[in-house]
Amino acid sequence: MCKRRGRTRFAGMRDIMGETTAVNRTVLYDLHIEQGAKMVPFAGYDMPVQYPLGIMKEHLHTREAAGLFDVSHMGQVVISGDNPAKSIEKLVPGDIQALQPGEMRYTFFTNEEGGILDDLIVTRREKDLFVVVNAACKEQDIKILTEGLAGEATVTELADRALVALQGPKASDVLSRYNPAVSNMLFMTYQEMEIDGIPCFVTRSGYTGEDGYEISIPAEKAADVCRKLLAEAEVEAIGLGARDSLRLEAGLCLYGHDLTPETTPVSAGLLWAISKRRREEGGFPGADVILKEIAEKPAMKRVGILPEGRAPAREHTEIADMDGNIVGEITSGSFGPSMEAPVAMGYVPLALSASGTELQLIVRGKARAAKVAKMPFVEQRYYRG
Amino acid sequence: MSIKYTEDHEWVSVDGDVATIGISDYAQQQLGDVVFVEVPEIGADLNKGDELAVVESVKAASEVYAPVAGEVLEVNEELEGTPSLVNDEALGQGWFAKIKISDASELDQLMDDNAYKAYIEGLG
Repeated sequence: MCKRRGRTRFAGMRDIMGETTAVNRTVLYDLHIEQGAKMVPFAGYDMPVQYPLGIMKEHLHTREAAGLFDVSHMGQVVISGDNPAKSIEKLVPGDIQALQPGEMRYTFFTNEEGGILDDLIVTRREKDLFVVVNAACKEQDIKILTEGLAGEATVTELADRALVALQGPKASDVLSRYNPAVSNMLFMTYQEMEIDGIPCFVTRSGYTGEDGYEISIPAEKAADVCRKLLAEAEVEAIGLGARDSLRLEAGLCLYGHDLTPETTPVSAGLLWAISKRRREEGGFPGADVILKEIAEKPAMKRVGILPEGRAPAREHTEIADMDGNIVGEITSGSFGPSMEAPVAMGYVPLALSASGTELQLIVRGKARAAKVAKMPFVEQRYYRG
Repeated sequence: MSIKYTEDHEWVSVDGDVATIGISDYAQQQLGDVVFVEVPEIGADLNKGDELAVVESVKAASEVYAPVAGEVLEVNEELEGTPSLVNDEALGQGWFAKIKISDASELDQLMDDNAYKAYIEGLG
């Protein structure tokens, strides 16, 4: 028995993320081991893919109660300068200047061809911007920021802070025990506050489709805070495996898979993240390509796909039309524990992107029926007051 | 009737010239929750090492190879509706297929229970 790709001998789940080396550990490494995590290399870090509970139960627990995720491998960056919100708009198409202090927004770095170099979250603070980027793109992103903002802003990586996510319908109840102020925070807002007496950056955000928080904690205090949260009856430790199935059910993109330098925000269906002002003014890398594509419609579009039956269609599975012509490819595919069915997303020609369109997925040489479906697959339950 | 194992974590239980095949308890633990099993077609002629089945967990697909050559006589149809049988009873109700052994000498290359235990301990 072995992993399908590469036909290497079955090696447990060690190579589940398709990587073989990890040189870095997050500050929570010992805690993961203590919790019985199965560790895998991910973006150069040794990360927990699952705990003894298993991906299925971890996923369902997060949707029913609360899950704690270590996302310290992600890059936390502060950008300061005279007007960092204005400055960063040279590099991203998001409307960062429209943010009030304490508000945050999803955006992406683009290249001159309109392709996506990474997706990120930008928080406007009183005097600077607090930015969280993907682990695998951290070095590239810091270079983009440092070079792109040279002379007008300074870019500092907060390497001395851990980042954890507490996600799920009980997240607010749990975190309120440490600071009642968290319960009134709205989705996509930021506050600096003490959690159990430790000064933290708390945002009401996450990547599971559930209500919840991301908490940036001074590295030396992170394990203590996590141990307390894990001791709460509602909270379980959740690994990267369930993080992936949760975000996929929520219809959220994974950079490097659903988004790449070859996909534009238009084909990826991320136009909601480019405001009217930014479309009118342009001024971000690849603006001409992106604005033209908005006007003329993209050739391909990212869609949700529900395979019939129980066989998951994995990343790189070919998508065919009903005549058997290969027309696209799955970019994320898994079994959705809350859906109790396989779920996927992928790119198809615009003409085949309407919800309900019948498609075929070529799984191990066999055509299997599937339909384009609206995303999110599972209702998002963000707290908007 | 005794159970033998491959280095790729398949098990074989032999009754006369019929081999029942599944994956070991170690393998199911490593895979995690099994959500789908693609079993072979009845009548398929398999060489030793051919793909016999594909096991899908939430996260990944893994191939299961034929530990011995033979013709597929029967497949476990229960797995279609209840793939979790592989997790719950890897060595029993979670079997994948029965094949008619074409060369019984291939069984000699497989590990017995003790040898397999030592083998997986060696994997750390």
